Order: sequence, then structure tokens, then C-alpha cells
Amino acid sequence: MSILVDKNTRLLVQGITGGEGSFHAQRCQEYGAKVVAGVTPGKAGSQVAGIPVFNTVEKAVRETGANASIIFVPAAFAADAIMEAADAGIPLVVCITEGIPTLDMVTVTGYLNLRGARLIGPNCPGVISPGKSKAGIMAGEIHMPGAVGVVSRSGTLTYETVAQLTALGLGQSTCVGIGGDPIVGSSFADMLQLFQKDRATRAVVLIGEIGGSKEQEAAEFIKTMTKPVIAFVAGATAPPGRRMGHAGAIISGSSGTAKEKMAALKAAGALIAPSPAQIGETVKQVLGKDSRR
Amino acid sequence: MKIHEYQAKQILSQAGIRVPKGNVAATAAEAGRIAAELGGRCVIKAQVHAGGRGKAGGIRAATSAADAEGLAARMLGSRLVTAQTSAEGAPVSRVLVEETVEVARELYLGMTVDGSAMAPVMMASTAGGMEIEEVAHTQPEKILKMAINSVSGFQPFHGRQLAFGLGLEPPLMAQATSLMANLYRLFVTQDLSLAEINPLVVTKDGRLLPLDCKLNIDDNALFRRPELAALRDPQQEDALELQALSLGVRNYIKLDGSIGCMVNGAGLAMAVLDQITSAGGRPANFLDIGTANNTERVVNAFKVFKADTRVKAVLVNIFGGMARVDVIAQGIVEAHQQMDITFPIVIRLAGTNVDAGKKILEASGLRFITASDMKDAAEKAVKAAKR
Repeated sequence: MSILVDKNTRLLVQGITGGEGSFHAQRCQEYGAKVVAGVTPGKAGSQVAGIPVFNTVEKAVRETGANASIIFVPAAFAADAIMEAADAGIPLVVCITEGIPTLDMVTVTGYLNLRGARLIGPNCPGVISPGKSKAGIMAGEIHMPGAVGVVSRSGTLTYETVAQLTALGLGQSTCVGIGGDPIVGSSFADMLQLFQKDRATRAVVLIGEIGGSKEQEAAEFIKTMTKPVIAFVAGATAPPGRRMGHAGAIISGSSGTAKEKMAALKAAGALIAPSPAQIGETVKQVLGKDSRR
Repeated sequence: MKIHEYQAKQILSQAGIRVPKGNVAATAAEAGRIAAELGGRCVIKAQVHAGGRGKAGGIRAATSAADAEGLAARMLGSRLVTAQTSAEGAPVSRVLVEETVEVARELYLGMTVDGSAMAPVMMASTAGGMEIEEVAHTQPEKILKMAINSVSGFQPFHGRQLAFGLGLEPPLMAQATSLMANLYRLFVTQDLSLAEINPLVVTKDGRLLPLDCKLNIDDNALFRRPELAALRDPQQEDALELQALSLGVRNYIKLDGSIGCMVNGAGLAMAVLDQITSAGGRPANFLDIGTANNTERVVNAFKVFKADTRVKAVLVNIFGGMARVDVIAQGIVEAHQQMDITFPIVIRLAGTNVDAGKKILEASGLRFITASDMKDAAEKAVKAAKR
């Protein structure tokens, strides 16, 4: 098993005729994802690498049975695209777009709650269930199927972690980037809940960042988990009050610091990797111990 | 994006919120004239993008127009060093000249977007005038918080709950509720990321007035708020950060160490800073080069490293995903062709098109220190910077 995406995922690509949309639609397809449709208003009837393009999500869903969407449309139009997907009844929406105004996301998340759709992102690398499907921009080849779940606020730090895991022979069940913005559709706690229920997942890696309090909320959930969680929080050396790239990565008050977050995660029973280069090793130690039991 | 207090108060005023009487001055003579209009007795406030001005001598009371002119003359053109600025301080090119207000009570009112509530949240406290983060830490019970759902928007009950919570009785309660409603409307229509009125004072003559105000604008929304984007004061920003921005190198933050960093992705960039620090070094900057699929941005990043006199070594850590390693490698080679680079460069490459990237570096004949992973890269960079 895995979470969010698998062999049954029928993927729709919003913004498929753009540079990134068409590039990654094809990479997802090559990885084995069933990419059934694309949407670009005004481009219906055309094709991208054999994928039919529609004017609206509603039509694309009706004709292809798409049940997940990945969004590449520019920031100014992304909120509209996410809500269009939810309105068409798509249960899983992955938004890659970076730079969406925060207040747009207030409206979006409010609407998605009404529609019962799940949003991953925005400003995220997406989701991959190695060997099964991919709705994301991560390089498929660094992953391998296995039993470690990965959830992260950062894209490239996730790649770094996955590469460490794969090099140590530790495959992954699903890797999810939840995104680096102040408001994202899914939280660490939401993903931990799914990993806890997923039979294929034996341990979870959580990669946090400075800013906000999502890691502290995750810690509350970790207290109830039976699976081991290995955590790292980036930004221990970041200065307060400065936005470190991600709109959500800004320390304001002590609850936003890496130190405070790591302390909360540790107190909840998570194992903290001593440095970002040692995340893989820490997982290996935990799973090694588990298998001896 | 930050703006000045005087700009924030103009925006509040346009939003229907009464602010203290006064005006902004760029010269001492102007300050004197404004003071005379206010009757002589007034307050002179240095306009810088940093808090802690009071303790640093950036807020002074004047007893007459001549006094105001003298105080303004001393402030204008100087640099104000506060607990929140660098050691060099921030330049003062304007002062705000305001009426003196007789304060009965000091309150706090703020708004931000709460990622957990997924909504704007309004915060109020009776501990006005204090650093609110300090209050949150030591007396969290003194902060009243209300998340405001986007479906309901701000309703009078939100205002009543906060105002009564602050101990404001009618008629002040009605003033407070109307101020909060205006602040909420301003926040959501102008894409603010932070609004802080601290202190919000109750004057002895029964007025509710924002004595100080800080408004930050969501950087992601500046594209649709050109009139707010125009309020940017580049003088208040770090010179190297400005240079980086003008070269199209966004997401660059100056730090005080000696190892220049070029990383793709904000999380990985932060992790690299952490790794350098744990290896005993100090990073010179944070830089997320992003999905730089053109060599120019890489070349420009090297221009910034060269301009930073503290840089003794550079660490490049790229894990290609959306960004392609070969393009970054080509950019590094082009940087060497365009300028004389003397500092050692430690390079760690992985991910999309990594083999092509490594070949480009080898074929260039240039000397780089290569690293196998992040830890190795950080250790080598620390060593190289000490040489």
C-alpha cells in the first residue's frame, strides 16, 4: 500500500501546455503514472505527448474519470485552478505553484473544506509512491519502493533525504511535500494520520522548517502513533524576522524556532536526526532496532 | 515587504481609522513648520524599518517648533542603531512630527494570517507598548485571539468580544469595534501579512488612537498592489541584498559569516547553513537559487559573492529536481570566464542531469573542490574558508 497516489490514480494536469506543465506531465507518465487529461482554457482538442487537453476541469473529469489533479498554472491564477478542480469533484489536488498570495489560500482552503477535497501544497514538490505513481516534480529515479514514509515542508531537502534513504537500501512507501507557504492544504498531522493507517509504512520521516507551529501540532499527533517518527527541522541557524525563501519560513516569536520545534517533537517521542546529512542513518538505526525486536 | 510608520498611518487614515495629527518631514525646516502648526509641543519620530526606536533615541518630545527643528536636524541624515538593526544602524531620511497625546491606557491590536486556523487572526492585549512576542511568552493569557473565517468576514461580535475583553466600555467599545472592522477590511483588501497597532492608546480626552503602527505587505501579492509596492524604501535594506535583487538573484539574505552559499530550494539552503554551522563555520548568506534554468542567475550570484568582502570560500550544493545540474555547472564555468574568482569553491552536485554537470566542470579545466555529500561539502568549505 501507500498513501494518496497509487496505480489507481488517474491524473489530470492543469496548465499542461505551459513549459513546466508539459515537461512534468511527461515525466509523471514515464514514471508510470496514468496521466489521463490536461487542462488549458482555450486549448481543447490539442494533445501533449498523447494526453488530451480540455478547456475545463469539469469536462476533463467527465470524459476521462480523472481522480487527482496536479497544478502548474502561474501564481496569479492558481487559486482559481485549485477551486475549479475541487468544484469538479476531484478528491486530491496537488498544487506545485509557488508565490500564491496568502489571502487567496484563505479563500481556497475555506472552499475546499466545503467540497471535501484534499489539497497538497501549494509551493511543494508533490507526491510520489515509488514504483506506483507520481504526481509531482521530484526526480523519480532517486526513489525506491519500500516502507519509509516521508513528509516534508521542503522540496530539495526531501530529495536529499530520499537519496540518503535509497543509498542505505531503505525504500519509501510514499513521499509527500506539503509545501513551504504559511497556509497549505494539508498539515504534517494530516499526513502522519494517513501513514499511521498505511500498512506498507513502518516508519515516517518528518522534515520541518522554522516558522509557524505545524511541527508542534504534528508532535501532538505523534504522541498517539505506534510507528516510529524520525524528524529534522531546518533553520536552526536562521536569524529571526527574516523570510528564508519560503513565505512560511520566518521566525516570529520563540514557537517558530527550530530549537523549540525539535524539542516538541522529541518530547512527543520522535527521534531527532543530529544533522541534515544524518537523516538516513537515523532511520536505519530505528528500523534496525525494530527488526531485532 | 515593510513600509514606514508614516506610510502605514496614511494608509490607516485612508481606511477610516483616526490617527494622531501630524506630518512627515524630510528636512529640519519642514519639521519645524509642522511643529508650529501643531502648536509647538510635539513628538519627533525617526522613520526606519526597525523597532526599538524609543530606547535608541529615535523618538523625542519637543517643547517648541524651534526645539522640534533642532531635534529633527540631529536625526535626519544620521543612522539609528536599535536592538533590531545591524551594528551600522538604519539611515534616517524622514521624521514623523506628531501631536503630543495624553495617554490614559496603552493597548495592543494586531492582525496576521494564522496557518493553523487557515484564517486571518486578530489579536488584542491590555499589555500595550510591550514587545508582543515577549507578552506571548511570559503572559500568554493576556493575549486575546480571534480567527476570522473568510465566509463570515469581520462581524461586530468579533469586535465586541475583543473590546469587552480589553475592558473597553461604551462609548469606547463602539470606537474599538469600528476601528477593528476597518483594520480587517484593510488587511484583506490590501494583501497585508501583518498589521500591528502597538500601542493603541486611549487618550485622556477619550479617543482611541494608534500611536505606532506597523504594516507588512505579502510579498507574493505585490504584483497586484502596485501602489503599495511603490512604497518600498531601498535605503532601509542591506546593500548586498539590494544588489542581489537588482541582479535578479532573489531569496538572498546577508548573514555575517565567511562561507558564501548557493543552494537550490529554501529548505535545503537552510539545512546547508545548519550543516556549515555544525561543522564549525559561519555562512555568509542564505541563497535559494531556485529553478535557475538559465546560467545568468548563477553568474549573477557569483557577482554578489565577489562583492561580499567577507566571503572566503563558496559552497555550491545543488540537488537537481526542477533545477538542472548541468545548467548550474555551466553557469559556474561562465562566472569564471566573466570575472576573476580567487576564493575556493566547494561543489556538491546531485539529481537531474548530474553526470552532464560533472562533465562540464571537468572539461572546463578549472579547479574546484568536489564533495560527495552535504556533510563532506560543509566540512571542506569550512576548511577552505580558514585557509
